[in-house]
Amino acid sequence: MKFAVIVFPGSNCDSDMYHAIKDELGEEAEFVWHTEDSLDGYDGILLPGGFSYGDYLRSGAIARFSNVTSEVIKAAEAGKPVLGVCNGFQVLLEAGLLPGAMRRNKDLKFICRPANLKVENNETMFTNAYEQGEVISVPIAHGEGNYYCDEKTLEELKQNNQIVFSYHGENPNGSLEDIAGITNKSGNVLGMMPHPERAVDSLLGSADGLKLFQSIVKSWRGSHVVTA
Amino acid sequence: MYKVKVFITLRESVLDPQGTAVQQSLHSMTYNEVKDVRIGKYLELAIEKSDRDVDQLVKEMCERLLANTVIEDYRYEIEEVITQ
Repeated sequence: MKFAVIVFPGSNCDSDMYHAIKDELGEEAEFVWHTEDSLDGYDGILLPGGFSYGDYLRSGAIARFSNVTSEVIKAAEAGKPVLGVCNGFQVLLEAGLLPGAMRRNKDLKFICRPANLKVENNETMFTNAYEQGEVISVPIAHGEGNYYCDEKTLEELKQNNQIVFSYHGENPNGSLEDIAGITNKSGNVLGMMPHPERAVDSLLGSADGLKLFQSIVKSWRGSHVVTA
Repeated sequence: MYKVKVFITLRESVLDPQGTAVQQSLHSMTYNEVKDVRIGKYLELAIEKSDRDVDQLVKEMCERLLANTVIEDYRYEIEEVITQ
């Protein structure tokens, strides 16, 4: 399986993402610069964390109008797995691929530490290797992760099981309903504030994030049977 | 030429943690009269005259990029300026 790691000016978790795919997951990965206007040939799209365009105006707002983001939207519409982590999540929200928006953390602080997450839905292409209700430890690192959406949208998220990860035990940023990660309606686009790519080896403190990437591969292999 | 001032604030229904912190600080300075503080953004655009309607253009820019209408409200003022 071949992954594209999208790189905007100001992305800073792109190398971590690349390392997670290449060295820990053992799949193919390539960096794709934001000026590129094709994502043909990639099976999965990864939008890493960081501060695209310096977070000017709003986090993710400028990246949303990059060349490559139009291609990310096309890939999402074609049903390819699209994962946005942290700033990547913010870009997906700004691009309208996921509903809602991010506010500043309720205590106005940038938070960088491990967080406990609960797997709220293990029947997605991103979570099928987890147990339903499993609690995992994945680092968070953000100043704007306070998820918000209106009541109608929240109702839809719940009805369609789009809330995939929630903060367990303590809500670090004030996000609505403890939301840490959501998918789109069709389930092939996941945005999450915690960084699974930083939790892929016990040497890093946790390997709980690796199963997320393994889930993507498992689901992809299931629908792309290799013919001998 | 037009000079356009755009004001963006968080919607009434959205808690503004920065505004709340500033309000608390003002209270601790004994300005207890302050009942609400909303922090926002102010943008100044210089827009050249064209055959496109300036009001429509600014509205589009606000909706598509300048404000995120999920959490933000915007308003703007358009002033025509004579360039020398």
